Amino acid sequence: MRKSLLALATGLLLAGSVSAASPADKLKVGFIYLGPIGDLGWTYQHDLARQALVKELGDQIETTYLENVPEGPDAERSIEQLVRAGNKLIFTTSFGYMDPTLKVAKKYPNVHFEHATGYKRNPNMSTYSAKWWQGRYIQGLIAAKMSKSGVLGYIGSFPIPEVVSGINATMLAAQTIKPDIKVKIIWANTWFDPGKEADAAKALIDQGADVIMQHTDSPAAMQIASERGKLAFGQDSEMIKFGPKTQLTSILDTWGPYYIERVKAELAGTWKSQDSWGGLDSHMFAMAPYTNMPDDVKKMAEDAQAAIIAGKLHPFKCPIVGQDGKPVECKGGDHLDDGQILGMNFYVKGIDDKLPGK
Amino acid sequence: MQLVLEKRAERSGAVALVSPLIAIGLTVVTMVILFAILGKNPLLALHAYFIAPLTDGYSLQEIAVKATPLVMIAIGLSLCYLANAWNIGAEGQFLIGAVAGSWIAVKTQGTDAGAWVLPAMLVLAAAAGALYALIPAICKVKFGASEILTSLMLVYVADLFLDYLVRGPWRDPNGFNFPTTAEFDPVATVPLLIEGGRLHLGSIIALLVVAAAAILLGRTIKGFEIRVVGAAPRAARFGGFNANQLIILTFAVSGALAGLAGIIEVAGPVGHLQPGISPGYGFTAIIVAFLGRLNPLGILIAGLFLALTFIGGEQAQIAMKIPLDVTKVFQGILLFYVLACDSLILYRFKLSFPNRQVARGTH
Repeated sequence: MRKSLLALATGLLLAGSVSAASPADKLKVGFIYLGPIGDLGWTYQHDLARQALVKELGDQIETTYLENVPEGPDAERSIEQLVRAGNKLIFTTSFGYMDPTLKVAKKYPNVHFEHATGYKRNPNMSTYSAKWWQGRYIQGLIAAKMSKSGVLGYIGSFPIPEVVSGINATMLAAQTIKPDIKVKIIWANTWFDPGKEADAAKALIDQGADVIMQHTDSPAAMQIASERGKLAFGQDSEMIKFGPKTQLTSILDTWGPYYIERVKAELAGTWKSQDSWGGLDSHMFAMAPYTNMPDDVKKMAEDAQAAIIAGKLHPFKCPIVGQDGKPVECKGGDHLDDGQILGMNFYVKGIDDKLPGK
Repeated sequence: MQLVLEKRAERSGAVALVSPLIAIGLTVVTMVILFAILGKNPLLALHAYFIAPLTDGYSLQEIAVKATPLVMIAIGLSLCYLANAWNIGAEGQFLIGAVAGSWIAVKTQGTDAGAWVLPAMLVLAAAAGALYALIPAICKVKFGASEILTSLMLVYVADLFLDYLVRGPWRDPNGFNFPTTAEFDPVATVPLLIEGGRLHLGSIIALLVVAAAAILLGRTIKGFEIRVVGAAPRAARFGGFNANQLIILTFAVSGALAGLAGIIEVAGPVGHLQPGISPGYGFTAIIVAFLGRLNPLGILIAGLFLALTFIGGEQAQIAMKIPLDVTKVFQGILLFYVLACDSLILYRFKLSFPNRQVARGTH
């Protein structure tokens, strides 16, 4: 009896190792996720893109992901584990993975890395991000039209340029419609914490905000706005099912085409380190259908979207006046240049809040 | 006929030794069932969890790196728990140690300070951790406040204090507003032991701490006092041992070790101060302390074992696509079985026959 069990065990182990070894000729592609794949926001969208990738190139690649990887000391190990498991192209999908990714990239020059939303690159480490502030500008227009109280509520994650530029784009747009519009900002200091995000939404509504915007990843704020009969914008993903009468639109992260393009390049041996910063014209992100608003507001939003895509409308068109009342230097001709937006560390005039640490 | 738990006349030494092994065995059996339900090959999954990480130098290093803070904190906690002092706030002492040590690193940044920086950071971190742990200890001794609650609440204070510093005064000016200090200078960094790896000097310090605790408990009067006060408070009082003094002492030592672990983690694998430096080490160390039977050597083994489940869990996620949540379930089940099996040290199962008891009653 014992012998037969042992034989069975050995057999199972061997069978397993053989089957595990056979797809070795497939390109292994790894993903590091910040949240759980079920966060219905940021990580969810990255995983949808991974699934799209598998659907498109599944016969040539094998994908692996690690979820819930904190942006701390564990990240470096998690990335390295993927390398050691044979992954040749690794997507690290949050800003906080920047230094760990760079460390591992320098250690393994033959593995290629793609880091989302960062600014440090290496010959084997690309960066990719989207010009979400274009979408924020459209949201600002809608918010100003739809707000009755004249107060917008904004849930921020971290006061990094990506988030600050979103707040500024929102305000610049809103001011074109209601010059004295106000925005209340709460820093959740997290990307994903439904409890904190819900609390922030409640606090903002209690302070008079009637349109809620967020730069955090869960649908919690949408649910609160829906309960309180206010309006809100989704973030990262389509959140209309959490607020059928609440969601105005949502910025949808659509990474799929980019992931497919980069993996194809890797398969073809033409992968090169680069910086991709795609806007509405590049399909790096999209706007969810404009809902819960009158037709004229909807038309205004669609027109603005078309103008941005056509390059006729730049959200950071000069002159832009900073919070201190001084005009901001205009390095890009008639608008701020990419560097100024990527490193944005000031509020525009009209925002009462103080940028943390300023 | 029914099965009852009956109190043993004295604690069973044999069960105390095998109880963790039974617990691990039961955990493995439960996991096999769970893997089977998930449709994963249980043998391969167990292999990924427990065997694969032990087969290459890289994973072994990572296990040691992960176990280092767990073991250091758990050793300190075990002294507290042996003396019947319930320090639940090691996480806070860990953070305060990290903050205090980082203060020197931040202030000397870019000044070409000498080799004294790292030792000074370690000493200051230990002192700060000890002082922070003394708050609940003194509240307990002077005012009778529950040290379980006060030490736990101070975790959140420490967490928010760290948060404030890295968002405000200590924030890296070139860090794009991300809440982190700048990378520490080389003189403020714990040296690595192996080129290209992550194993650092902290692991050696942890081993020294284990050895020191073994000597303290096994060979010194103080160690004897700690054990007697915990195991037999009345006897200790008759023996003239001062329980309050021991609460202060064990809290201070445990806080110092947690603080030391904190700065080693920050100046080692992390390299700068940021929120989230601890994925709950101070709390996981409580599991490690009990899994290790509050014995220094046991804690070393338990710390390595728990680190193994972290690394193995990650490898299982990669190799077998087993969700991370399974690793958490796994750790929870393990603690559950450890506590359940521990009741067998003081109790035993007995079959009882109610009718016979009735007969005895009428006798």
